[in-house]
Amino acid sequence: MVWTREEIAAQAAQELRDGYYVNLGIGIPTLVANYVPDGIEVVLQSENGMLGIGPFPFDDEVDPDLINAGKQTVTALPTSSFFSSADSFAMIRGGHIDLAILGAMEVAGNGDLANWTVPGKMIKGMGGAMDLVAGVRRVVVVMTHTDKAGSPKIVARCSLPLTGAGVVDAIVTELGRFDLDQENEQLIAIDLAAGVTPETVRERTGIPVVMA
Amino acid sequence: MPKHKVHSDTQSALADVVFDGMTIMSGGFGLSGNPEKLIAGLLAIGVKDLTVISNNCGADGFGLWTLLNNGQIRKMISSYIGENKLFADLYLAGKLELELNPQGTLAERIRAGGAGIPAFYTKTGVGTVVAEGKPVEQFDGESYVRETWLRADLSIVKAWKADPEGNLVYRRTARNFNPNMATAGRITIAEVEEIVPAGALDPDHVHTPGIYVDRVIQGSAYEKRIEFRTTRVRGEAQG
Repeated sequence: MVWTREEIAAQAAQELRDGYYVNLGIGIPTLVANYVPDGIEVVLQSENGMLGIGPFPFDDEVDPDLINAGKQTVTALPTSSFFSSADSFAMIRGGHIDLAILGAMEVAGNGDLANWTVPGKMIKGMGGAMDLVAGVRRVVVVMTHTDKAGSPKIVARCSLPLTGAGVVDAIVTELGRFDLDQENEQLIAIDLAAGVTPETVRERTGIPVVMA
Repeated sequence: MPKHKVHSDTQSALADVVFDGMTIMSGGFGLSGNPEKLIAGLLAIGVKDLTVISNNCGADGFGLWTLLNNGQIRKMISSYIGENKLFADLYLAGKLELELNPQGTLAERIRAGGAGIPAFYTKTGVGTVVAEGKPVEQFDGESYVRETWLRADLSIVKAWKADPEGNLVYRRTARNFNPNMATAGRITIAEVEEIVPAGALDPDHVHTPGIYVDRVIQGSAYEKRIEFRTTRVRGEAQG
């Protein structure tokens, strides 16, 4: 059985360490906040200018002046802080954020990441992703293992315009949790979803896969 | 001239500073912290051929989207287009010039513009199309790309409160690009929800000192549209 979105988020949460400052991207990465392991405290950063993101608001607490980078309404915590976009990216670019978890369209064995455009077809913009992958110490990608046509998204070389070169450290998909060995351009499987075999992973991956 | 900073309405604040072909910075992240009254003022005046520097370009029917829809914008300098179909369609059809910047590079270019720093180096975008045609240098063994400042003929920003001197206080994540853009406009106009008397703002809590702000207007009936209203239900486990 492959992992669900929620299970992928729970697996990605294994990357969290006590005291980390963490930036979570839009989509499945946002769900990681629901699976912070017991005994671990992390501070979530949102690049639109907030440290210490609280839970989603109750209906009567919704505040249009209080959103996350996915433009969802959120709440503040007693220790939250707010700051400008320039200050926010000084934090990110300056190496003060420990971990970023974000989505991808392609990841290459050498750590290259593509996630902001399909030339001529789709352009969503890079937003803060280029700054995050350049400046954050550890970058974890959360995505489906293959695209809608069933082709691998973990490939020898990215075909799409890059978000960052040599930036990805780990990947979590519905098939498993992996470290990316950039030097040897291979995936190291840390954990596979129940019933998923190494052969299945290898069939759906464009670079070598080794078991940890 | 502080006492002359407060204008009665958007038309009075905008009329003698706008011209076709000008460059305008507009604060906001998504629809949060948008100078929605001043944007409506630009729509009413009809100033056109604009280059607009803003992280996004409003959203369906709101904010800068209305200027785009009215054909007033020639070029956008932004970081994110997602969820704005008109923006994407106009660009993909070749009807809108677009300079995409990484969001942090955009913010820093604006900060640099306001601080009188013509260029700086950043790791962001090295090895991507963003660095193409720009000088790349090594510092401490790593590659950094040179980015240049951004300045504007006019910055329009949204704050929560202002005093008559133009000191500004923002509220929560509605701050975003606003304080940076306030520093980088040849003329900066702030719209606020409340103009308070001199002395009502604690000087220790001023976010944008009034030196950066030329004009202030007080808006009313802010729409503050929410893009993704996301809530939880009382009694459920915290999510």
